[in-house]
Amino acid sequence: MADFTMPSLGADMDEGTLLEWLVHPGDVVRKGDVLAVVDTSKSAVEVESFHTGVVGPLLVEPGTTVPVGTVLATITEAGAAPPEAPVPEPVAAAPKPKRARSRGTSGPRRLRPLPAAATEQVRSPSSGATRRGWAWTSATCGTGPGRTITRDDVRRDSHPRPRVSPYARRLAAELGVDLEAVRPADGEVVRAEDVRAHAGGPTAAPAPTAPPTAPAAAPPATTPQDAMRAAIAATMTRSKREVPHYYLTNTVDLSTALAWMHDRNRDLPVQERLVPAALVLHAVARAAAATPALNGFFVDGAFRPGDGVHVGVAISLRGGGLVAPAILDADALTVEETMARLKDLVLRTRAGRLRSRELSDPTITVTNLGDQGVESVYGVIHAPQVALVGVGKVVERPWAADGMVGARPVTTMTLSADHRVTDGFTGARFLALVDDHLQHPEEP
Amino acid sequence: MTAKARSKATSSAKGPLVETTYRDALREALREALREDDRVFLMGEDVGSYGGCFAVSLGLLEEFGPERVRDTPLSESAFVGAGIGAAIQGMRPIVEVMTVNFSMLALDQIVNNAAALLHMSGGQYPVPLVIRMTTGAGRQLAAQHSHSLEGWYAHVPGIRIVAPATLEDARGMLATALSDPDPVLLFEHGSLYTMKGTLRADAGAVDLDRAAVRRPGTDVTLIAYGGMLARTLEAAEALDAEGMSAEVVDLRTLRPLDDATIVGSVRNTHRAVVVDEGWRSGSLSAEIVARIQEQAFYDLDAPVERVCSAEVPMPYAHQLEAAALPQVASIVAAALRTKG
Repeated sequence: MADFTMPSLGADMDEGTLLEWLVHPGDVVRKGDVLAVVDTSKSAVEVESFHTGVVGPLLVEPGTTVPVGTVLATITEAGAAPPEAPVPEPVAAAPKPKRARSRGTSGPRRLRPLPAAATEQVRSPSSGATRRGWAWTSATCGTGPGRTITRDDVRRDSHPRPRVSPYARRLAAELGVDLEAVRPADGEVVRAEDVRAHAGGPTAAPAPTAPPTAPAAAPPATTPQDAMRAAIAATMTRSKREVPHYYLTNTVDLSTALAWMHDRNRDLPVQERLVPAALVLHAVARAAAATPALNGFFVDGAFRPGDGVHVGVAISLRGGGLVAPAILDADALTVEETMARLKDLVLRTRAGRLRSRELSDPTITVTNLGDQGVESVYGVIHAPQVALVGVGKVVERPWAADGMVGARPVTTMTLSADHRVTDGFTGARFLALVDDHLQHPEEP
Repeated sequence: MTAKARSKATSSAKGPLVETTYRDALREALREALREDDRVFLMGEDVGSYGGCFAVSLGLLEEFGPERVRDTPLSESAFVGAGIGAAIQGMRPIVEVMTVNFSMLALDQIVNNAAALLHMSGGQYPVPLVIRMTTGAGRQLAAQHSHSLEGWYAHVPGIRIVAPATLEDARGMLATALSDPDPVLLFEHGSLYTMKGTLRADAGAVDLDRAAVRRPGTDVTLIAYGGMLARTLEAAEALDAEGMSAEVVDLRTLRPLDDATIVGSVRNTHRAVVVDEGWRSGSLSAEIVARIQEQAFYDLDAPVERVCSAEVPMPYAHQLEAAALPQVASIVAAALRTKG
């Protein structure tokens, strides 16, 4: 049996809000399936399972904010006994049976409900479905093979999710009233006056959303934009306070790379055509793979290399703020594949649909402000990463090569690196590698 | 005149109170408009010699002459179209359409021309037209003349829709409507013409932008307009006896809706009932409920209730007509349902 926990989706994240369950108890899941959507202060992230098995009780109700590491659900390996783990105490409400929402095509593989005759039988009252408030009584009629009681039978007979008016729910959060404690008569709706009657009473509990661990410097956030601004402020402040940055700059002649790109684009359908950013990301990924000391994290006073090259791409959001999700294993991609992944990443970022690994795993970040017209970017390292590459716009400049001066398209690339981990020598070698890759774009 | 009309608030009149009726207040507003602005003229079916189907314009032909109080042929499309043309040419026509069901014949002129000409002409041709018409049921006029279709018109951008429910608004809305550079449709509820009351002798123009809280309360917001306001106020009194304090909002202007007043009230009471004489499906009440949930969802302590007319062509028989319309008892029941 394994725990499915609130993940840390960034060095600055110490709590998260469960937005939505995409599974319900009894579902069979495979490693990599998306189980839930979690709101970090930056965006809604789909959280994947690291285990294959059967989902046990859902322990946290949507809308609840819990610290990183809190167990959200348990996953029992297929064939193992049903979970007997004690149910943690502060649980907001009974689980809500909910179907995985169907979405567009870019989403992950959908969970398929098992055939009714398969493992859906509820074997004893102590199994997952009945333990978490789903009433199982002797009156429940089994419709499964041999009149066994199936999950659907339990669900049909169970009490529905308590009905609470929107105002009562808000009031409960404000007054710190535990809605579980407000028990209305059967079928009745919990209204504001029921919540008020409980406020200050012996059953009152602290508001589940109170964030005791909020950074002292961050003012109370009132909107998602404010929350993101506060998160960026905390990360950047920490980086500038703790990380001794050094900066190296190199101007790269892009004429070969762009000529190759234009040539390549002639053979590609419009929607797959390349842009210079893909070439740059491709070159950075290769250079990072060859320079492990710049590809990883500085944690607990020591450098830890990344497990692969996951290039974070800084993407600004329409509502303000930015995120830097990763193109995973970017060093193994062709330029065309890099382009496709970049497009997909931008689309999903703007739609607020990123996967947890993409947010938590970047090993090096690229920020490209060339489109905004700047010539060079001296970026702040996204700690605990140890390097950030800034890319400026592509401009035509007089350029001397082989004793001749000509107009060439060039761009300025800047490396910001953590001096605790590397010295300028390593950084210079990295920039030279990037340059070299861009002079030989045809090499896979 | 424009500035004066716009600046006068609803309750600025200070003169002595005089006894009057909704019909007399409307007539006084017409008389004032004809007297103060020679671009204003009134036209419609039977508005002259007969004095108006509901006697609103009685005596105006004699006072202002046939040039300015004009009887028209029975062709709504033609005389509403003529009004649009006159408005474009600089006049300030007041066109009376006898009842809202007849306005269907002028729908093309109202929706395709009056509402859109300013936009279609790139801002060259504003249409400063006022169209008055009678709306609503309750007088045994059956399926022929009992519609409440003002909600349809409130769907259309480019026109303003107002519904006076009080003597003050009957007296004051016309002047402000005339000062509006765009078309204004003024819906007079047929059951209100005989409504008696008192009005300040110097009552005049009122604003057309804000809904009005006609009765303050704390436990539920009752939202109504036009012919439904009086019985909604009555329901609020009845709710008092049930220990429920109802706030009554009179929409006054159906387009554009005054979201701030509606939502502001619901934020205080946490419950709402919309009373709309129109049919429920696709109605103005549906729009109001949608806006409440868009803007005040987390303030709601109960689903928003609606009290609308039964979805049938209006019956003729007195008791069937009463059963088809929102009544004090049905409003009270809806309000109590929100209490749970």
